Amino acid sequence: MKERTLTLALMDPPYESANSTTALRLISAALAQGINVNVFGYEGAVCLPLKDQAPHANPVKGTTVEEEDHPTTKAFVSALLAIGKEQPRLTWVNCGLCVDERGAANVVDGIKRGSPADFFKMAAESTNTLVIPTK
Amino acid sequence: MTTYVFIESRDPFESRDTAFIEETAIAVKERGHAVTVFLVQNGVLAARQNTGRLNRLAEAGVTLIADDLSLRERGIEREELAGGVQEQGIDWLADAIARTNTKAIWH
Repeated sequence: MKERTLTLALMDPPYESANSTTALRLISAALAQGINVNVFGYEGAVCLPLKDQAPHANPVKGTTVEEEDHPTTKAFVSALLAIGKEQPRLTWVNCGLCVDERGAANVVDGIKRGSPADFFKMAAESTNTLVIPTK
Repeated sequence: MTTYVFIESRDPFESRDTAFIEETAIAVKERGHAVTVFLVQNGVLAARQNTGRLNRLAEAGVTLIADDLSLRERGIEREELAGGVQEQGIDWLADAIARTNTKAIWH
């Protein structure tokens, strides 16, 4: 079968919406089927790979950081980038203006900086494109 | 013929605009296209048989799919699903929308 590429535009910030979880599941599932994936992080979604995210303890339950084993979106993104390092390939571009507005430049390795023009180019060159907007 | 995949993430009891997906999916189907509605997140609350929320879509011949993880998270068992609703994983969606001549619309 001809090589397939899926482009996703994400807009939700981490820890706000189930959309982020579904998007990460979708990227994982696509890569597992050999489908290349392009992600354009827009608006709050540029914070998904933010390196400053930290797992935390839960003082209400009295659990430690280790016991909580709190998942961070930066860890999910890093894991997906490792899976999509070669073939299939995961390309993740964060909107530069959105990054600057949020002071969100300190991201995990493998994230590129770009603009909506990159999203247009990725969409034009993809088999299909899905935009997951905020509500 | 084009294939349309509508991805409904919203709870029909919370968002009245889920009617937009129902009306649009039926209209597109009536124009001779293949149409699937993939229910995910709170969208799967419509998949329960006792809600009757998917009757018009099923009658119109729209393919109805409910995301397995979203169902499990909400305690919805397979035997509770409305007739015609298939349970699938997110891998089904990834494959379906990474095809040519397919429109993927998130709601």
